[in-house]
Amino acid sequence: MSARANILRSSAAHAILIAYTVLALYPVVLIVINSMKSRRAIFNDPLSLPTRETFDLVGFHTVLEQGNFLLYFQNSMIVTVASLFFVLLFGAMAAFALAEYRFRGNLLMALYLALGIMIPIRLGTVAILEIMVAANLVNTLTALILVYTAQGLPLAVFILSEFMRQVSDDLKNAARIDGLSEYRIFFTIALPLVRPAMATVGVFTMIPIWNDLWFPLILAPGEATKTLTLGSQIFLGQYVTNWNAVLAALTLAIFPVVVLYLIFSRQLIRGITKGAVK
Amino acid sequence: MPQPRRRAPRSPVRWHIAVFLAPAVLIYTAIMIIPLFGTLNLSLFTRGEGGAREFVGLANFATLFGDPRWSGAFWNATGNNLWFFVIHMLVQNPIGIALAAILSTPRLRFAAFYRTAIFIPAILSFVIVGFVWKLILSPLWGVAPNFMDALGVGNWFAPWLGLERSALTTLALISVWQFVGIPLMLIYAALLSIPDEVLEAAEMDGITGASQFWKIKLPLILPTIGIISILTFVGNFNAFDLIYVTQGALAGPNYATDILGSFLFRTFFGFQLQLGDPHMGATVATVMFFIILAGVSLYLFGVQTRLRRYQF
Amino acid sequence: MTTRKTLILSTAIALCATGTVAQDVTLTIESWRNDDISIWRNQIIPAFEAAHEGIKLDFQPMAPAQYNSALNSKLDAGTAGDIITCRAFDASLQLFERGQLSDLTGLDGMENFSDVAKSAWSTDDGSQTFCVPLASVIHGFIYNTEIFEELGLEVPTTEDEFFAVLDAIDADGGYIPMAMGINDQWEAATMGYANIGVNFWGGEAGRAALIAGESSLTDDAWVEPFRQLARWAPYLGRGFESQSYPDSQNLFTLGRAAIYPAGSWEIAGFREQADFEMGAFPPPVPAGTDGCFISDHTDMGIGLNAASANQEEGRAFLSWLTGSEASSLLANAIPGFFPLSSAEVTLEDPLAQEFIGWREQCESTIRPFHQIVSRGTPNLSNESWTAAANVMRGTWTPEEAGEALQSGLSSWYAPHQ
Repeated sequence: MSARANILRSSAAHAILIAYTVLALYPVVLIVINSMKSRRAIFNDPLSLPTRETFDLVGFHTVLEQGNFLLYFQNSMIVTVASLFFVLLFGAMAAFALAEYRFRGNLLMALYLALGIMIPIRLGTVAILEIMVAANLVNTLTALILVYTAQGLPLAVFILSEFMRQVSDDLKNAARIDGLSEYRIFFTIALPLVRPAMATVGVFTMIPIWNDLWFPLILAPGEATKTLTLGSQIFLGQYVTNWNAVLAALTLAIFPVVVLYLIFSRQLIRGITKGAVK
Repeated sequence: MPQPRRRAPRSPVRWHIAVFLAPAVLIYTAIMIIPLFGTLNLSLFTRGEGGAREFVGLANFATLFGDPRWSGAFWNATGNNLWFFVIHMLVQNPIGIALAAILSTPRLRFAAFYRTAIFIPAILSFVIVGFVWKLILSPLWGVAPNFMDALGVGNWFAPWLGLERSALTTLALISVWQFVGIPLMLIYAALLSIPDEVLEAAEMDGITGASQFWKIKLPLILPTIGIISILTFVGNFNAFDLIYVTQGALAGPNYATDILGSFLFRTFFGFQLQLGDPHMGATVATVMFFIILAGVSLYLFGVQTRLRRYQF
Repeated sequence: MTTRKTLILSTAIALCATGTVAQDVTLTIESWRNDDISIWRNQIIPAFEAAHEGIKLDFQPMAPAQYNSALNSKLDAGTAGDIITCRAFDASLQLFERGQLSDLTGLDGMENFSDVAKSAWSTDDGSQTFCVPLASVIHGFIYNTEIFEELGLEVPTTEDEFFAVLDAIDADGGYIPMAMGINDQWEAATMGYANIGVNFWGGEAGRAALIAGESSLTDDAWVEPFRQLARWAPYLGRGFESQSYPDSQNLFTLGRAAIYPAGSWEIAGFREQADFEMGAFPPPVPAGTDGCFISDHTDMGIGLNAASANQEEGRAFLSWLTGSEASSLLANAIPGFFPLSSAEVTLEDPLAQEFIGWREQCESTIRPFHQIVSRGTPNLSNESWTAAANVMRGTWTPEEAGEALQSGLSSWYAPHQ
């Protein structure tokens, strides 16, 4: 292939990617720049950057006067990270069992574990709340972690078992001949090899947990256990006409999750590239 | 290269299988399956005189399919949902695959940046996505109209979200915008795990560029494409948040954006003066469950077992 | 009960954190009015607590869209708060019938309310009342006085004058005549249909006739308001089909639109957002009618969770709410939510005074489909949202809208079969 064709192809690739990146980021940028403008400027010229005359942080002042956002953020972090850990660990274990061993009812078990992705878990709300009441877990973060773990497992098992099937039998059988236990084979051979998939599932699991409004509202609405999404929803409803505050609230809601994603995404990319040991 | 699948030799009692499965199965069964099937069970009952629960067999299903009002709403939602799914399959997944293929080009600069940026919409909550697109498409705020004026096509602007013929497609495209990162990530992970030797061997045979993608890579990522198709199917037939946030529970205009999820939630939890009806709601949920179960079974038993997998 | 323990425990922790004495009883208030969070926390709660030693209040509002479903789930599982803000009519009636709301018929201060005020939170025969009527909202039109002055317009009182004013604003071209959108659909039904319709079906008498099965939704009295709405469409802004509720509010408060079909609840928000003088007028009357009607809708009540361990304290709080101190506080803190109590109340906001002044000239009625006729499937009130929006979009004729609503009502409601 000639060098020129190469350059041509790579600039075409960059052109497509840049175009799509703009499409993906533009709406987000629009919220952020307008959150820092005065109300009239938001309406008269939504596309422009804030200038010296139009720069106004009134929205942020309004929003930050309400609620303890540092605490809300901490609650969201605890819930998300803990649920993610359990989903990935238990999900990978179950996926390994389904992909690795032939046993009676394997396919049925796979189907059973997939049932959860077919019915929205919200329909079980009253029963779940009753369980949490009986277990004395209302208004605790544990209740949320349990629900999110259960909610995330079906998808995790579903995706991970597909990737587990692609792990080389030769490696595992060689390990068995060396006398490694099944548990060590899982932790030292299978798990590292499916890291790209684990990272991907991690991100997929994280998003709905972080953004969920319903279960925090039902299971842990107390001030001490409020999550960031629940906390910000309250003032979103509160200032529905006050667009400065709405845009500021949205900006504040976007930032933590983007930062969180950037942290995870580094792990994710590292996972993907390392896991792809050929 | 391709290897026949071999399984571990049988041992008398393989406790480790139970150990591997137990934590997931226990939590999942207790917190999810038991409450959910308790709810689905409500579809066999109705609220009788004085609020007592009365067993009615399949009468609720007969109402759902037999009463023209219920069945009209149900088939409207099902049809809309199919269209919603078709758009995702035709737009979201091909774009996701194409972007993943471009991104996985070796030695591409800024790949990490693109990958991160394109995925960002998927991490935003529905509240944010619904709000920002309503703003952009709003005739009042004028981002879309101004932008189209600048391109000289200002006359093509229409209040898409408010018109029966365009509202559903517009919402589906917003949803595609939001979730295109998901197929992208899965395909990207699959493309990266194709061994270099395979690609080098292909290059030796003179198969490069686009033909390498079609002849070598695509067959290797077929199982992953299968997964994203079924995930799209399940996701679309469970979706409702975006509709609620942008169009409200009545899925206007004139129920043109009503999909099964919004129909279900409106029936189950009620809306405004319409009280929630857990029994009819559970009936709708059960039917949805069977629709999705049929799709997933088709995949698990029909497609997945037949796909050729390559172990690396 | 474990629930109580959890609640008491978490409350105790919260109280210790703020250094309050732990023997106090804390009543948690469930509400959908998250707009009023600072009013409750800074004005109403301190006023009550100052007068009632040993009772603390905790106002815990949530977003209106989730309120009914979240509250029902919590009541079913026993984790709901002590005090429940009541939606009007069937939603609360159902809670009472299930034994989830306490009977408040004999509550001290309940005598301050008329039967009409209590009707939204009483059993159909009126014998038992389960929520204290808190506030009503009045429909009408708010207008931008500066635009009216600039264009030399008079406030319209009749239907013909109303359309003449709209034509004049339209002809000037500088402003959008009327700010309303139909993307969210409910504005068309409440700010549109229920707002102007009262003069066509004749207020309470027309509403009663519909409930009794004596008038049909295909009658002129019920179809004519739809015809009026269809005539509104050309005066709304470009793309009103996808204009949302906050869009309309901003369009008006930024001074770009002259008239806003309103509910009185807008007053507080508009005061903050608009930098021009506002006036209001009641729905213009059609030619050849005597007298006038207004939609003065019982909107919000407040009741007691039957499962609450603090019945006595809860009743003390509710009794206090019926009195004139609480009524004045609420009415002035949230202008546009008008007290239903007959206790003495003075309103300070001139726009709010204007709205409440209509009670003197016109007869009050509530929204037509809220009592009894929205008890079945399809739900008449929700259907009317879709119908009104369809008429304004031009996809249904007014007659088709009337027929669609009537056939839905006839399908389950015995007096119409």
